[in-house]
Amino acid sequence: MSRVTRIEVAFKPELRDARGEKVARRMREFLGLQVEAVRTVRVYLVEGDFPQDLLERYAYETLCDPVIQRASVNRPLAAELNFPFDWVIEVGFRPGVTDNEGRVAAEALALLIERTLDPQTEGVYSAMQYLLKGKISREEAEKTARELLANELIERWWILSREEYEKGGLSYPAPRVTEFSDPTVETWDLKVLSDDELMRLSRERLLALSLSEMQTIRDFFSNPDFIAERKKYGLGPEITDVELESLAQTWSEHCKHKIFNARIHYRDLETGEEFTVDSIFKTYIRGSTEKIREKLGPRDFCLSVFVDNAGVIKLNDHLALAFKVETHNSPSALDPYGGALTGIVGVNRDPFGTGKGALLVFNTDIFCFAPPNWDKPLPPRLLHPRRIFEGVREGVEHGGNQSGIPTVNGSIVFDPRYLGKPLVFCGTGGILPLEVCGEPSWKKGARPGDLVVMVGGRIGKDGIHGATFSSEALHEGSPATAVQIGDPITQKKMTDFLLKARDECLYTSITDNGAGGLSSSVGEMAREAGGAELDLEKPPLKYPGLRPWEILLSESQERMTVAVPPEKIDRFLELARKMDVEATVVGRFTDSGYFHLKYQGKTVGLLPLKFLHEGVPQMELQAEWQPPRHTEPDLPEPEDLGAVLKEMLSRLNVCSKEYVVRQYDHEVQGGSVVKPLTGVQDDGPSDAAVLRPDLSRQDGIAVAHGICPKFSDIDTYWMAANAIDEAIRNAVCVGGDIEHMAGLDNFCWCDPIESEKTPDGRYKLAQLVRATKAVHDFTVAYGVPCISGKDSMKNDYLMALGLDPKGDNPYGVGVILPDGSLKISVPPTLLFSIVARVPDVTRAQTMDVKHAGDLLYILGMTRDELGGSEYYASRGFVGSSVPRVNAEEARERYLRLREAIYYGLVASAHDASDGGLAVALAEKAFSGGLGLFVDLSAVPYEGSGRPDFILFSESASRILVTVPREKQRDFEKLMEGTTYAQIGEVIAEPVLIVRDGLGRDLIRESLSELKAAWQTPLREV
Amino acid sequence: MKPRALVLFGYGINCELETAHTLALVGAEPEIVHLSELIYGEKSLRDYHLLCFPGGFLDGDHLGAAQAAAHRLRHARIRTSGERLMDHILEFIQAGKLIIGICNGFQLLVKLGLLPGFDGHYGERLVSLTYNDSGRFEDRWVWLKVNQESPCVFTRGLKKLYFPVRHGEGKFMVQNEEVLNKLVARQQIVLQYIHPRTGKPTEEYPYNPNGSVMAIAGICDATGRIFGLMPHPEAFNHTTNHPRWTREEVSEDELGLVIFRNAVEYIQETLLS
Repeated sequence: MSRVTRIEVAFKPELRDARGEKVARRMREFLGLQVEAVRTVRVYLVEGDFPQDLLERYAYETLCDPVIQRASVNRPLAAELNFPFDWVIEVGFRPGVTDNEGRVAAEALALLIERTLDPQTEGVYSAMQYLLKGKISREEAEKTARELLANELIERWWILSREEYEKGGLSYPAPRVTEFSDPTVETWDLKVLSDDELMRLSRERLLALSLSEMQTIRDFFSNPDFIAERKKYGLGPEITDVELESLAQTWSEHCKHKIFNARIHYRDLETGEEFTVDSIFKTYIRGSTEKIREKLGPRDFCLSVFVDNAGVIKLNDHLALAFKVETHNSPSALDPYGGALTGIVGVNRDPFGTGKGALLVFNTDIFCFAPPNWDKPLPPRLLHPRRIFEGVREGVEHGGNQSGIPTVNGSIVFDPRYLGKPLVFCGTGGILPLEVCGEPSWKKGARPGDLVVMVGGRIGKDGIHGATFSSEALHEGSPATAVQIGDPITQKKMTDFLLKARDECLYTSITDNGAGGLSSSVGEMAREAGGAELDLEKPPLKYPGLRPWEILLSESQERMTVAVPPEKIDRFLELARKMDVEATVVGRFTDSGYFHLKYQGKTVGLLPLKFLHEGVPQMELQAEWQPPRHTEPDLPEPEDLGAVLKEMLSRLNVCSKEYVVRQYDHEVQGGSVVKPLTGVQDDGPSDAAVLRPDLSRQDGIAVAHGICPKFSDIDTYWMAANAIDEAIRNAVCVGGDIEHMAGLDNFCWCDPIESEKTPDGRYKLAQLVRATKAVHDFTVAYGVPCISGKDSMKNDYLMALGLDPKGDNPYGVGVILPDGSLKISVPPTLLFSIVARVPDVTRAQTMDVKHAGDLLYILGMTRDELGGSEYYASRGFVGSSVPRVNAEEARERYLRLREAIYYGLVASAHDASDGGLAVALAEKAFSGGLGLFVDLSAVPYEGSGRPDFILFSESASRILVTVPREKQRDFEKLMEGTTYAQIGEVIAEPVLIVRDGLGRDLIRESLSELKAAWQTPLREV
Repeated sequence: MKPRALVLFGYGINCELETAHTLALVGAEPEIVHLSELIYGEKSLRDYHLLCFPGGFLDGDHLGAAQAAAHRLRHARIRTSGERLMDHILEFIQAGKLIIGICNGFQLLVKLGLLPGFDGHYGERLVSLTYNDSGRFEDRWVWLKVNQESPCVFTRGLKKLYFPVRHGEGKFMVQNEEVLNKLVARQQIVLQYIHPRTGKPTEEYPYNPNGSVMAIAGICDATGRIFGLMPHPEAFNHTTNHPRWTREEVSEDELGLVIFRNAVEYIQETLLS
């Protein structure tokens, strides 16, 4: 074993250690510990025999910034910091975990010694040491390590008291991967296996294949013709692990969307209505887009929908826009930081791997968490929601900011049921010139003879079984390898290189390596050419000892697969080498009809593409709709509506998310037009973002979204309708053109397949059918096509805990199944994301009121629709009067508002959604720093007349606008014939006044108080 | 002839497009050049008048902001000639040409010791940029006061600026009081964060977003031809970049273009005349 040198770097004792201060703050606030101060020491373990003087130069000049830091070589720095610590906690990675700090330190060492490191004997590994001062017990130090500083799935830690540390110091071997497995290939003779044995095989190898799928594979491998064909390639009739794993990955719910493609028998138990739908995806999602495109005819702006890694629309005569949103829920539940980081850099590769490859111009992130102030016991294996929140936030921060892609839009939704699985939606948009190398940029096609080239990072065991894993509920045996950590800079170097290669016309096709790794990327691209042959010993590995199937399935990050014509390969590899990017020829595309897998010249897998991609049997599922019974509550009318408004503004789903937004770079690339925060103090909540992706042009894009899982408890049909309406409305408010607008649907559901563990599967499936039907009905009605989407279907927590099914649930969330397990299912959630063209960004608008004297209007009808509202929720009710969407009227309204905005008749526009009219009024006012005077009786309204209902109803499709007085006539003329009313005006006094029809004050609150109520809850997590 | 500007990219730089766009707007001829093109001798610094180190996350800012990148540049040799890239940069400086480092580029300049460059002495690290006092990366716009006594050629004639900062490591620190005193005495402090009400340099968060000593946001070398700043002038290349453009009049004169226009004019007056 090589020598390990320990280099430590810390801030000079007289300087602040902001990193340490942050840890101390969190120890106090999150864990309630009496810590006085924390300082940090960065540790580098240098493995290898290097001369002492070189190591010292490396420590003092390379790793240390002598202006502010101090370093030491094989000497504990803790003793030299004049810091009377009581405990030392050191946290380092487990072997094989992505260590970006260590990688960069190793590269720096290589520059110093002017040669590359020997991967067998040399390396640099990073760790972090925390010096704790305060009255802290060993148990508390342990708790700090476990719950705050480290994640045991990926990290190890050491805890020493000061005495122990001073006496013995700390030394441990470098976290080198030393476990080798022989590159063997296992085989199974499936035809001798019983059904039970088939299922055991599926379970034990985490294949997540159903019995009928295992049987289909067994039957296929019994076909004499196929057996004869295999013989020619030197393969027996038995299935190899390479084949079985590749099939399981390709057929996973994550990749094949088996539920969305199932044949579903739907029954409405209330009305008796019954029908069968052959794939809700084809019928409702893709089906609606086809209808819209047909209707648009020559004005159709869709270029590539549902076929590539992202959907593509035409933006103008020069540019196409690719957009995709993905989820990364399960990994974020296990390791919030790594999971979310991988989520964002992973979705970056979708538009990047679309067509010939897009330049990435914006990110958008939507998170669903349990409340961060969760104070009930946590079910086993779950992390505290505050830790999930902060970890996810930071992962997306590092992923987005380091990649140089502005995070322009997002939101956070809170519901206790996200305790079991947080939802982490990450989206990315990119632009392509309409033509690349004389061909349409949005098309691609590997050709037989083209070489399969893997570009970017190396392969380790990271994320093996990720695709199948995300198709499973979290359970006791979840593998630690399900967690990967992204590396934005390796990816940035790769995308810098590939865009150059694209413009030099060096490749014919590109796709990303995400879930399923090479199996998925090459398996997919093979369809373009008609076959592919892969040499599994060729991809570069992070460490030796991977089996062929692991190399095929690994989900190591930052990798793209491209198809390079043989005559271009020299230039391609040369450019890669110069730009310091690893690129390796790993096979070639063929027209054999097979996905042919070899290892050191021997065939280890032979899968006909047709069977691989189309062989999965269609599922037959049952759905039954029984509308849930929530009674409309009988609430007393509140006396102090101002107090209620402040309470509403402080609700987690309403309050300011500035703490998160500020930490995301939302204006890199220099094209920001409407930022996520706006108003006189740059802290109001924008409805949507506007940016100029091409700085030389005056047109741009609006990015928006809608999400309202709270309505799912009443009816997922209206949940989906409201999400779509909200997304479109948000985009319209900033100046997005509803006639040049496209959507993405992201469904995050709980398991909807009836089983012992999911006794309510038929109902959950009916919820899904209804939601997808709404996507159909409302995208068609609005003329806004879906261009891509994704579903994630197993967002449940399931753990055998031996609970009493008849007793109280000690965790306060989820249900106890008859067998005593706890199941927590997320509320059915649809995220609807929007991109729209803004023909002239100088016409874009923001939500804040601008001038005293401007007139205040409301567009749209308010009804007593408080079912699922924040108001009811605040009083502990769900209710039944869910907001309904009248898309025909709403579309007309949005078209008129578009004109009003483009003609410059509007000084501000803001949608009314969570918290209703009252919250929207308050937000408009305090964001603009000017008061509003409102006559509630002027609001177009149908209902019982209760002021609290008018104020807090969440009726859909409503927008508040302010209009300069001199534009009043033009504006009213334009809105003629639609439901709208002038309801007040902007006033100079910083106060929100709402009066009833008799002139009595219902609300009179100072803006500073309203704003404080809105800003306080999440000022800092 | 237009002034030629080399906008460096690669290894995590991510503001190269808007920096080049802004340079083109003020009449320069920008070229985005990958570090490898310099190292492989395909491009030479000698052909340019202005060298831009744009913002980004060089090497992910692991080891500290721009720390690894500074090490990379210090050790880089031109493959074709064996010369050190640093010698080319020093030659570039000696030739009276201009260098600007923005955000991560500023961090790189200080870690390379090209700033503060007292007495034409380059290469020694005397100042640094480190973690914000808040412990957080933040994106927000800040008011800046320009030191009109400074020799900095990029800020000639300017008094007050309003640009975004977007960094987690922007706290300006000095090795010792002497360094700070020299910076003051030699007017090398170019930009300071100010309180919008008083117009005075401030310690108050968030107007001083990171806790920089003396509210320092940007400095230059002794010649005034090397300039580093944390805020992003290139992110204010259009009136709609201003955070309140929908409610305030934003004049073209306020744009971050002014910084680059000064550079272009200086080059035209001195190097191209």
